[in-house]
Amino acid sequence: MWYASRGTGVVALLLLTAVMLLGLLVTRQGRLPGLPRFAVGGLHRNLSLLAAVFVVIHVLTAVLDGYVNIPITAAVVPLASSYERFWLGLGAVSLDLMLAVIVTSLLRRHLSRRTWRAVHLLAYLSWPVAWFHSVFSSGDLRHGALFILAICCAIAVVGGVLWRLAAAARDVPRAERVGLEMSAVKKQREGTIR
Amino acid sequence: MNEKLLVNPIECEGHGACAELLPELITLDEWGYPIVDPRPIGPGMERHARKAVSACPTLALRLLRG
Amino acid sequence: MTAVTSQEFSDPASWVPGAGELPRLLPPAGAGKQAQDLMTHLARYGRLPYRERTGTLINDLEAAGLTGRGGAAFPVHRKLAAVLAAADRRRKIPTVIANGAESEPASDKDATLLWLAPHLVLDGLQLAAEAVGAQTAILYTHADREHDVGKRLQQALRERHAVGADRVPVQLALAPPRFLAGQETALVSHLAGGPAIPTFTPPRITERGLAGAPTLVQNVETLAHLALIARRGPGWFRAVGTRHEPGSMLATVRRADGRPRITEVPLGMPLRDLLGDPQPESAVLIGGYHGTWLPAARAAALTLENRSLEPAGARVGAGIVISLPADRCGLVETANAVRYLALESAGQCGPCLNGLPRMASAFAELAGGRPRPQTRADLERWAGLVTGRGACHHPDGTARFVRSALVTFAAEADRHERGRCSATSARPFLPIPTSSARTAEDWT
Repeated sequence: MWYASRGTGVVALLLLTAVMLLGLLVTRQGRLPGLPRFAVGGLHRNLSLLAAVFVVIHVLTAVLDGYVNIPITAAVVPLASSYERFWLGLGAVSLDLMLAVIVTSLLRRHLSRRTWRAVHLLAYLSWPVAWFHSVFSSGDLRHGALFILAICCAIAVVGGVLWRLAAAARDVPRAERVGLEMSAVKKQREGTIR
Repeated sequence: MNEKLLVNPIECEGHGACAELLPELITLDEWGYPIVDPRPIGPGMERHARKAVSACPTLALRLLRG
Repeated sequence: MTAVTSQEFSDPASWVPGAGELPRLLPPAGAGKQAQDLMTHLARYGRLPYRERTGTLINDLEAAGLTGRGGAAFPVHRKLAAVLAAADRRRKIPTVIANGAESEPASDKDATLLWLAPHLVLDGLQLAAEAVGAQTAILYTHADREHDVGKRLQQALRERHAVGADRVPVQLALAPPRFLAGQETALVSHLAGGPAIPTFTPPRITERGLAGAPTLVQNVETLAHLALIARRGPGWFRAVGTRHEPGSMLATVRRADGRPRITEVPLGMPLRDLLGDPQPESAVLIGGYHGTWLPAARAAALTLENRSLEPAGARVGAGIVISLPADRCGLVETANAVRYLALESAGQCGPCLNGLPRMASAFAELAGGRPRPQTRADLERWAGLVTGRGACHHPDGTARFVRSALVTFAAEADRHERGRCSATSARPFLPIPTSSARTAEDWT
């Protein structure tokens, strides 16, 4: 079971990395080549639920395994476990944040846009916390292929966030939009007439 | 239940996922923005309408009661 | 309009307009352009008749049939009732805002009213606040008039403060010089510290507005009428105007000389009298830049009421009536206005952001040079596409204006397509501001 816990942990991290990247794509209304427009949002949503399942199995197998004593409460209460207290605690923090994001998203219809968005931004905290938990709770991700995997995930997410921030900085501020549109339309029209 | 689709034109960025999922009620204008049928949703369309609402990346599409 | 004789004028007590007499809001003829100070105001109209409870004024307003004078003509009693109901239901104290932003460039009646009769407006503001139980009152005026109207209002508030006339303290606020600044939700957005751009409703501001409280926004002229209805009653108010559209209103009239004249007229007044028999070949613009162009002959047969104007595709709006001289080109004038309207878009909604600049560009082509036959069809299509698809009525109003121009100046457009124009003067006629918004600061 211990191995099951470590295995599902790795898969969960991979899935959550994909979820983060898809989420960044959604904020820029990007598309995945060859797929319809609704696919990005749909994949983001479905993969996050799949990731949640893997996290639950990861936690349960760790708790149920007799080799090390981890109380079930340690899943959501940081520092409740004496085994690897800090790094496991980070896992609990990450899971709490993830639950908040998922629950508010499922109840989106009943929440104000501002509330939903504020909680959803916690994903930007949940992922790095999950990454540190993954890398430092056990030695698995610090050697060999899994180490490379962990680094790639980090590069992907950090790179994605930087890309998203840069793209947003290039956005035209609202007050300047109409002026720009007027110039663009004028140029286009002059091109057509000539 | 008499429900209607409503677009918040300020949040709408013309992504177009809604029109893909609900072509019977939503078409896109020449600039990519949705033209939404203002009439109450017919029976059988409600599930598709909800899918379209949750597919909007900016939460611009809403389903209003009555 | 009843003229006031000099004999009536000599005795201040008999300045009070009797039933059926005009003017009511504006000082009588002969009083000059002098603003009425508090003493003159009290001598003419009497003291502020507080009701000592919420709600009762609303019944009088319903009986009087007062509708908003800001352009939308919404029944005033219904707005007040909605705010009062929301305040009770949500247990929140409402806010009242007097809208004197007058963002429409062709309108000058609100500034004139605030200059000549500020105390009527301020009375109305207090009475409206009392009727809905408000404890915050704001008077919103145009930033460009700060040096005259603004100072006059500060003085008027000082006069009132000295005698304790106001129960709810009034704050003055300035609207940026944007066309949309006077729109209800844009106004609230600006007062809340943001840009003066509209927000999406639901919820309406009567339900949830400034600081989340139920908010009443009324045009300053509407509040002036309200102040008089509170004193003289609904019957007096109805003694002028028509049965379905009672009362008087302030109109901004421009005839061939282009100078704006503010007059107080009864609703239902023939446009012929207002415009002094316009030349048959020219056109009349009713309702400002979100209004409707009509051929002068058609307009002359109509009266200043929605019952008469609506079948012709026009509305009374804020009482802007402009007679275009025959020597000007209606297409050129319209193109200038449409360009202004496009630049004044908040740029928030896709259809408006895309449609208005294209309409402006197409109309510029129609007005000058040799327009292609496709241009008119494009304009019709875009006007249809933008209508009803924004967060506010800016695209709708612009589309209405454009379509009415295409109809009224169709013959002129035919001429332009053949390379001709019937105008003999190139001097711009319609008042159009030159400064446009470039950065976010221009909206605050």
